[in-house]
Amino acid sequence: MVKKIVISFPGESAGRSLTYELVKDFDIKVNILKADMELSRGGKLVVELDAEPEQIERAIAYMEQSGVEVSSVGSKIRHNSELCIDCGACTSSCLAGALSIQAPDWKLKFDPDKCVVCKLCLGSCPLGLFEIEFT
Amino acid sequence: MVRSYEEINDKIRKGKAVVLTAEQVSEMAKTMSPKEILKKVDVVTTGTFGAMCSSGAILNFGHAQPAIRMERIEINGVPVSGGLAAVDTFVGATDCNPANPKYGGANIIEDLINGKELILEAWGKGTDCYPRKHIKTTISLDTINEAILSNPRNAYQNYNVATNTTDKIKYTYMGTLLPNMKNASYSTSGELSPLLNDPECRTIGLGTRIFLCGTQGYVTWNGTQFNTSKPVNEFGVPIGNTRTIAVAGEMREMNTRYLRAAYYKRYGVSLFVGIGVPIPILDEDMAARVSIRNCQITTNVQDYGHNYDHLGTVTYEQLQSGQIEIGGKKIHTAPMASLARAREIANILKQWIEAGQFELTAPVRPMPTNRSLKGLEEKIF
Repeated sequence: MVKKIVISFPGESAGRSLTYELVKDFDIKVNILKADMELSRGGKLVVELDAEPEQIERAIAYMEQSGVEVSSVGSKIRHNSELCIDCGACTSSCLAGALSIQAPDWKLKFDPDKCVVCKLCLGSCPLGLFEIEFT
Repeated sequence: MVRSYEEINDKIRKGKAVVLTAEQVSEMAKTMSPKEILKKVDVVTTGTFGAMCSSGAILNFGHAQPAIRMERIEINGVPVSGGLAAVDTFVGATDCNPANPKYGGANIIEDLINGKELILEAWGKGTDCYPRKHIKTTISLDTINEAILSNPRNAYQNYNVATNTTDKIKYTYMGTLLPNMKNASYSTSGELSPLLNDPECRTIGLGTRIFLCGTQGYVTWNGTQFNTSKPVNEFGVPIGNTRTIAVAGEMREMNTRYLRAAYYKRYGVSLFVGIGVPIPILDEDMAARVSIRNCQITTNVQDYGHNYDHLGTVTYEQLQSGQIEIGGKKIHTAPMASLARAREIANILKQWIEAGQFELTAPVRPMPTNRSLKGLEEKIF
């Protein structure tokens, strides 16, 4: 299974090679979707964990005991497709590939499963049709 | 063989005109010569739906009792021109109140077409013939006199591709440009684009009847920044942004499916304008022009992060593939103008002509043939 989580590092934990531990000790494929981290103040890592459910469960339990906070991705992007004009401007900054526009129909497609909630689309849509929704 | 406007209009009136969209004729051109296309096709329709900042509306409010010479005017808090007689104004699409940069002239135009009531406030110094000094009221398209969309520069013939070589994100009218050339944006409908199907404007001039934002509008002059001096590629297509058209039309007949206000982050307000131009196939040369395909249309890639530096040349076929290569680096591309809606426009125009509701017009005044672009020199006083 693939699970998307946010790992929050307090300042003192920011220097840890946590992803290395996840790979080495738990045999989990780790895909870093977003990293916002500074050594002194800590930060956040949005990652996808790809492994058997029991491995992921064990890894999350380990992380929670070892001083970082784990939460499921708590926000998603909502797109008002009714008002969309299919210009494609939002696709320019969607490097995750959740937003795409292409031949043959050139209509905007939004695949929420690929969205990493980087929020660049919020500022890229000239009609302001993207909203962030917290869950 | 040649074909006149009269012959084409006669066929349109009889419901016998053969009309194709520019994409359909480009497809046809893969297997047919211009000579065969000329025989078969009377009119080719084009379309574009992109942000065109140089747009606006002429409004006449009517006179209040007692009358006011409006010298400072605000609509929904947006300052608009107070320099047109007593109760006329020009609402520029990019007019805005810096305190509220997301709502501007383009939004006023869209709101009016959507039938909304807007707040008009105006001030004058008071004169013998216009004694009033202030008025605050509401207006809508039902209460005012003329409402004419009047756009000084639309439908650019070709346009640059924008990318960003710096290490900082750039917010531009070509969208969000990510650092280190992570993306590139382009903004015309390629082989469907009006002025790319008649690159020398042989059939487009003053008086050309067009599709404008859902109704029939007209080309009113050459657009501003009209430029004929850029290099032309081996297929006769000017490389980079060159010719433009000025257009006008009745706002009351327009539909906001084909006119939309837009806001580009840290840039400002603009207006999506839907334009479709019919191209009459008068002779073999015009048949060859409308046969142009995306793989034959080239444009410049420019560095919007640094001085608009020229970085390379690409075709629309490459741009539409989703990826271009500049200096060995693969760059993700994205459109800024809606091809889906440009197609819709070309198809509506096709239907109008097929149904005998739209006849073609020969230019009353041709477009300029020898124009280059001047810059603005700064002088020290």
